[in-house]
Amino acid sequence: MPQFPSRRGLLFGTAAVSAGTLLVGCTSNDTGDKAAADKQPAADDKPGKEVTIGFAGPQADHGWLNAINDNAKSRAERYEDVTLEITEGSNDTAQQIGQIETLINKKVDVLVVLPADGKALTQVGLKAMRAGIPVVNLDRIFNSPQAYRCWIGGDNYGMGLNAGHYIGEKLKDKSDARVIELAGLDNLELTKQRTQGFDDALKNYPNIKKVARQAAEFTVESGQAKMAQLLQAQSKFDALWNHDDDQGVGALRAIEQAGRDDFLMVGGAGALSAFQAIEKDDGVLKATVLYPPTMAASAIDLARALGQSKGIGGLAEFEIPSSLTLYSAVVDKDNVDQYMSTGFK
Amino acid sequence: MTQPVSPPRDGTDKVTPVAEPPAWRTVLFRADVRTLSLLGVLAALIVIGGLTKPDEFLDTRNLQLVLTQASVIGVVTVGMTFVITSGGIDLSVGAIVALASVWATTVATQEYGFAGILFTAVIVGVGCGMVNGLLIAYGGMVPFIATLAMLASARGLALQITDGRTQIVEVQGVLDLGERDAYVLGIPPLVLVFAVVTVIGWLVLNRTTFGRRTVAVGGNAEAARLAGIDVRRQRLYLYLLSGLCCGIAAFLLIVLAGSGQNTNGNLYELDAIAAAIIGGTLLTGGRGTITGSVLGVLIFTTITNIFALNNLQSDVQQIAKGAIIVAAVLVQRRTASTT
Repeated sequence: MPQFPSRRGLLFGTAAVSAGTLLVGCTSNDTGDKAAADKQPAADDKPGKEVTIGFAGPQADHGWLNAINDNAKSRAERYEDVTLEITEGSNDTAQQIGQIETLINKKVDVLVVLPADGKALTQVGLKAMRAGIPVVNLDRIFNSPQAYRCWIGGDNYGMGLNAGHYIGEKLKDKSDARVIELAGLDNLELTKQRTQGFDDALKNYPNIKKVARQAAEFTVESGQAKMAQLLQAQSKFDALWNHDDDQGVGALRAIEQAGRDDFLMVGGAGALSAFQAIEKDDGVLKATVLYPPTMAASAIDLARALGQSKGIGGLAEFEIPSSLTLYSAVVDKDNVDQYMSTGFK
Repeated sequence: MTQPVSPPRDGTDKVTPVAEPPAWRTVLFRADVRTLSLLGVLAALIVIGGLTKPDEFLDTRNLQLVLTQASVIGVVTVGMTFVITSGGIDLSVGAIVALASVWATTVATQEYGFAGILFTAVIVGVGCGMVNGLLIAYGGMVPFIATLAMLASARGLALQITDGRTQIVEVQGVLDLGERDAYVLGIPPLVLVFAVVTVIGWLVLNRTTFGRRTVAVGGNAEAARLAGIDVRRQRLYLYLLSGLCCGIAAFLLIVLAGSGQNTNGNLYELDAIAAAIIGGTLLTGGRGTITGSVLGVLIFTTITNIFALNNLQSDVQQIAKGAIIVAAVLVQRRTASTT
């Protein structure tokens, strides 16, 4: 059968080269948008002592973490007196420890660390603190309070609580209301906390019953798959809370495919696509509960304040607090304009 | 029909002593027992589903749902079955699905519309498969290592393209394909694609020279080479085929999820290998069954469906999945040793 190898080879070769050329042009994702804007500073805006901030985070493999990096960078650029030393994000604990040790050796003034795994990076946090470099621990908390000067992060329990209260208020006059929950990755503690908060809030509304819960994996694909099953399992329910807007893209797709619109949906995290859907108000998604990536911008503010030995404007103390838990605000049609610029893709 | 078939069979017969007529019939009989036992498992699952959730489970919509959910991983498994039958392994399928699905949903690709998305998904899949095939067939790399390297780099490239962002599909034609209006006689288009891929896969493996060569290479590569089969080229084609299946699956996933994301196709390699193995394809090569693989996929998808309908959580689901793999393989070993 190899009678015309050269002709066939030529044909495939040409096809491969031209397909390749065409494809390489297709990797662009540039829509000309700018990074999430952030307006109000936490510390005062007057230039002060020069501060070098070292920033180490995990690999930005999903939208929220990407927004964390963007927020930190754009915030640091706004200050003339701040230099940001940012490491290549890594999910590997050993690699992240190495990166932070490099930043310690470089003698940065302040460290901002979002650990890939909070517990595993406690030691290196301690090491930095002992070397006299204050650490701002972002979101995933270290094992020991000695390992950081200040912790700032989101409130997973609060997300569930606020989502539950929002749904509860919407359904409080409805008898025998049925609610379902599309949770995130079940082997993460934060998923348990979100579910706990949600359940606790629903206890305030005796007319509401949670009839089903399934866990997706924070991905669009899993969101679609699990939501499709939930819709098949529950022919009638009044509200849905979905832990994460990324998997929510898939969940909304499943809802659309099933042709269902007889319930209200609340999301979580605060993705741009969710904000846009809430603003348009033409589907089931009516609100989302924030887990704001702007916390990275605030962490830069706190690090700068630490480097310049300042407190937070608006508080009486001379120092910044040792712990800041952010509020998981509910964004619905009424206030979505205000949050639109913080939405992440 | 008989003309192209006979030479390779002669070739395999010369070197594989088990391929004498009586042994050959036992193999066929064994395959039937295996398929029947898989059908039995599926029937048992349907009974369980029907008893626990009669209204929700025994429902046309649920059948459509299960088949739709099975179609993406099903297409991947057909390609995987060929590779495993040839004695190889493809660990990169999930990563290739991810890469193809994000490459095909970038803003730049979406400008080319439906055809652009379909073309890109398929070509990226085939391209990755070609790299795998060249490395393994002509670069002399072990399939495990070559495809592991592809897994890492394809995931990395997918992440680089997306920057971790979810790429939402705006092309209406692609989205419409996943809606109820697109169903043909009640069959979702995704399921049709799955069915067509399965039938073609079955025909190619069982009724063509290519299929026989695949089995021969998996049974004994050296013997196949001595029998005049170009083993290296066969291997190249097999990984190309697996890549092609991944490309098709990526397109189906784009239609299903309405988006591309670098986390797509997570652990598909394990799901596809598991489905092929419980289906009766030998991990050491030399025997493969498309029917078994598809039944394997359907069994897993049905389990997931029954668990979700009964509101059982993912931990229980995973334990059951593991138990079923072990049970299926044990049953197979028994049937293999007794007959």
